[in-house]
Amino acid sequence: MIGIIDYGAGNLHSVLKAIKQLGYETKLITKASDHTDEITKLILPGVGNAKVAMDVLDRSGLSDYLKERVSDGIPLLGICLGMQLLLEKSEEGNVDCLGFLKGSVPEFTDESEKIPHMGWNQVTDVQNHFLFENIPEETDFYFVHSYFAMPENREDILGETNYGINFASVIGNSQVMGVQFHPEKSGKYGIQLLDNYCKQGDK
Amino acid sequence: MLRKRIVPAIDVLNDQAVKYIQFRNPTIIGDPAELGKKYTEDGADELIYLDTTASLKNQDVKLEWIQRVAEQVNIPFSVIGGVRTVDDFKNLLRAGADKVGVNSAAVMRPELLKEAADIYGKQCVVLGLDAMPIYNDDQEIIRWEVYTHSGHEKTGMDVVEWAQQAADLGAGEIICTSIHKDGMKNGYDVALIKLLSEKVNIPIIASGGAGKIEHIEEVFSDGKADAALVASMIHYGDYTIGEIKSYLHSKNVNVRLT
Repeated sequence: MIGIIDYGAGNLHSVLKAIKQLGYETKLITKASDHTDEITKLILPGVGNAKVAMDVLDRSGLSDYLKERVSDGIPLLGICLGMQLLLEKSEEGNVDCLGFLKGSVPEFTDESEKIPHMGWNQVTDVQNHFLFENIPEETDFYFVHSYFAMPENREDILGETNYGINFASVIGNSQVMGVQFHPEKSGKYGIQLLDNYCKQGDK
Repeated sequence: MLRKRIVPAIDVLNDQAVKYIQFRNPTIIGDPAELGKKYTEDGADELIYLDTTASLKNQDVKLEWIQRVAEQVNIPFSVIGGVRTVDDFKNLLRAGADKVGVNSAAVMRPELLKEAADIYGKQCVVLGLDAMPIYNDDQEIIRWEVYTHSGHEKTGMDVVEWAQQAADLGAGEIICTSIHKDGMKNGYDVALIKLLSEKVNIPIIASGGAGKIEHIEEVFSDGKADAALVASMIHYGDYTIGEIKSYLHSKNVNVRLT
């Protein structure tokens, strides 16, 4: 069963719909007591402002819940803002984030590029990772964001995308990972990526 | 590199996708969700639904077809038409729209853009902007003016100033329709799109005037548009989205091939 963190994120329902259509059981988690032992993986969706999101996660106890589950070894996938929150700190509202991965989240500052970075862009795999299974090299995914993840450790960068600069569009390790784009809105390969996450280790 | 987007526009009347002949006589061309799914499979990068239903009584009908689109389409889609309040944003986003477009209501009350962006983020606030050129005595275009109410009312506002103000307030994207080009099939208003693309730091979707495949290349190469809206070209079966993208690719326009 896939637990999806519900803290009012705008893309919650499209993520939920995509996971259900893939045939997985899902459960929305609005507070720690919603947890059941059947939950084998977690997804942290997200659209919007990092400070607002962290305030909600902290106040609702979901930050602590996520930290406990991750230390138990449960996998976690962050999507868009949910990915940025995996790092230690975001410049958006200058807020402390969950800190599962070392690094920060600065804003795009290249004035020759429009902000937000909105639309389809290619992801170059820089490491082999199960998230990329059955997805061709340089596949396009749909992005909408003004801040980007900057992991401190090179080994936490799984995929990169160019928008004026090369930035980390897929980050993480075998347990905690995040994608800057919206797989739930990226056509068939986006759905494939979600399936890759959900099925990993279950077969 | 960020791709140039091809965005089909689908007119919706009540809960049916329609096409208009000379802006009148709507004929049904299918179901909004099924048509959206078909265009997605053909390679559309995003979809825009223009709700042309006049009556507010049909709000429930509207939310119902939006939910069906959200169920069946796995690329982003916007809904434009009849949006006046932050509550309208909330309802359409909850029904599953990724972005909500606002046109006349933002001209009447620009703070609506800020209120919506503060709650839902700029990425889902789309400004619909209808423009008409103003000529001098030598019939040269001196500037463009903003029109509202489906192009029927003149506002006196300058298009570039309004676009910049809207971007500052919270619009994340602009769909610019050139009224004098719309339905003429003789090309987009490339000069206007180029001006907006250079002066405004948010993405610009060009709308109005596409009749031939070359027009789309022109608005990307010369007009610097971020996205091009296509409607009658694909609804009438003149071109498929796949053909449009293959052509653009052959002309070195950076498009996503599926």
